[in-house]
Amino acid sequence: MTELMNIAVQGIAIGGLYALFAAGLSIVFGVLRLVNLAHGDMIILGAFTGYVVAVSAGMGFFAALVIAPILMGFVGYWLQRLLLNRVIGKDILPPLLVTFGLSMMIQNALLLVFTADSRKIALGEIEVASVQLAPGVAVGSYGLIVLAVAVALIGALHLIFTRTAIGRAFRATADDFETARHMGIPTPHVFGLATGLALMACGIAGVLLAVWTSFTPLSGTARLLIAFEVIVIGGIGSIWGTLIGGFLLGLAQAIGGAINPEFQMLAGHLAFLVILVLMPGGILAKGARA
Amino acid sequence: MTQPAVTQAGPHARLTALCIAAVILALALMPYFADRFVLRTATEMACFLTLAVMWNLLAGFAGVMSIGQQLYVGLGGYAFFLIAAMGGVPLMAALGLSGLIALLIAVPAAFLLFRLNGAYFAVATWVLAEIAALIAAQSDAVGAGAGLSLPLQVARALGNNDERTAIFWWLALGLAVSAYLVAYLWLRSGRGLALMAMRDDAEAAGGLGVSTRQNRLMVYSVAAFFTGIAGAIIFLTKLRISPSAAFSVNEWTAAVIFIVVIGGLGSLEGPIIGLAVFFALRTLLADFGPWYLIILGAIAIATMLTAPGGLWGVLHKRFGWDVFALRRHVKLTIGEKS
Repeated sequence: MTELMNIAVQGIAIGGLYALFAAGLSIVFGVLRLVNLAHGDMIILGAFTGYVVAVSAGMGFFAALVIAPILMGFVGYWLQRLLLNRVIGKDILPPLLVTFGLSMMIQNALLLVFTADSRKIALGEIEVASVQLAPGVAVGSYGLIVLAVAVALIGALHLIFTRTAIGRAFRATADDFETARHMGIPTPHVFGLATGLALMACGIAGVLLAVWTSFTPLSGTARLLIAFEVIVIGGIGSIWGTLIGGFLLGLAQAIGGAINPEFQMLAGHLAFLVILVLMPGGILAKGARA
Repeated sequence: MTQPAVTQAGPHARLTALCIAAVILALALMPYFADRFVLRTATEMACFLTLAVMWNLLAGFAGVMSIGQQLYVGLGGYAFFLIAAMGGVPLMAALGLSGLIALLIAVPAAFLLFRLNGAYFAVATWVLAEIAALIAAQSDAVGAGAGLSLPLQVARALGNNDERTAIFWWLALGLAVSAYLVAYLWLRSGRGLALMAMRDDAEAAGGLGVSTRQNRLMVYSVAAFFTGIAGAIIFLTKLRISPSAAFSVNEWTAAVIFIVVIGGLGSLEGPIIGLAVFFALRTLLADFGPWYLIILGAIAIATMLTAPGGLWGVLHKRFGWDVFALRRHVKLTIGEKS
């Protein structure tokens, strides 16, 4: 029993990290109807940015957690305005191909600068500390911190989308881009802000990932697939769904990993397939799917 | 009242056909005058051309954007190695069977994948390929992470090194020519028109009676079949297969996407031009490590932005050239001049 509890707790903790991976992808898809194939590499770009701030510049983890998302947000805004806005349209092929090309470029640019060595941001004692939840059931303190950040970030995104003027502009643009434009919403700017926000989320996810595990310039692909699976499991276009999707994927991986460490990734992919077959709209599907 | 006549033949149909036949004949005779290195490169090119034509059929003509075709390259390769290990199966039959196995996996996969639309379909194809790679890496029956080697007697049965190289080239050339033939005949038929209508507007095409489901399933399965055979030939020439090589997204999908996008998405001529550009760049940039893929990605993005029809699109616009007559020309027969 305690073993099962431990697996569940472990799954939920890593689920928080997975929800963070997915948040940016979900924003970009929600507002721009665009699947960013470079998303995983952007998380890794965030991780390296955090690494440079925290380790190379010696400013520490908390500085990285603030500076990396800001830098990433800036990059995201201009990437959207200067490049991606040109390929957004009815045809889904151009944005997919362009982001696929971007993915290749980011990966190899990182390889060029940082080589293929694996890196990690060390955080000292807190990494190994754990909190006792019940007799025999413990969770890593760092996992709890990540989980808290994930819940806070997704809550904040929810508030931004539902309560603010820019959130209204996001939703209007997502619903009907042409009409929104005629109503005076500066869509190129709004798109820029959406991608900027998404890359800020990538920055946060990247820095937290950099402490969680070691990473290389090639670690992005696996993260893109995780983010994508989280979104499909949780329900495409639902912000809270990313949290639930993250938990479910984390749980599936924890269960698989408990059976055989080699099954961890496979179990996550299989859970994704099962959801796809049984509930193609995801857990939190809103009525009929587009 | 006379109906306007629709012709598909270009102005120089006979001449073009003759030229293509002559080129294929010359290529088929290559083992008698080209050295082994040239033949090996040509074999690799022919395999990539098959992959590119099939990916173009999917993405460029049917609007089905897959980034998981490495699944079928790997499946074809593994299927071939397993069949070869049993022994006694003739080479051609083994290759055909490898393609069939890829096709047999593609049909249920399609039912799953087509629940997702557009971009989500694309990423899901990639997830399937990852699953296959993970399973292969954990199955002792296929050598787990280390992979398999082709049994020595299979390679020996194909003759000495020179004879083998020639056979590999003929196989790859034959496959590329068949892939082109199938794509060409398909695209000229009513079903080809349906594919392109579907790509341009799936809903409108559906409204006009095109069964989008059936057409997508067909194009996805045929692509899997040819991609599977290409995978079998690729790993037959390499004599070794491992999960990371077999299901590599960079090798079998990124490179293929590059070839098609540079050459011309949605044209049959495009992949040939893209292939030439890709191999030229690969040779030129071989010593530049990561720069090679950075430049490749940048060129692909620049092409998408400035010339979405690729190099062939530019040539076609400028000179009106067509090698493969896919376009339908309408001749008005009621007196007036157009």
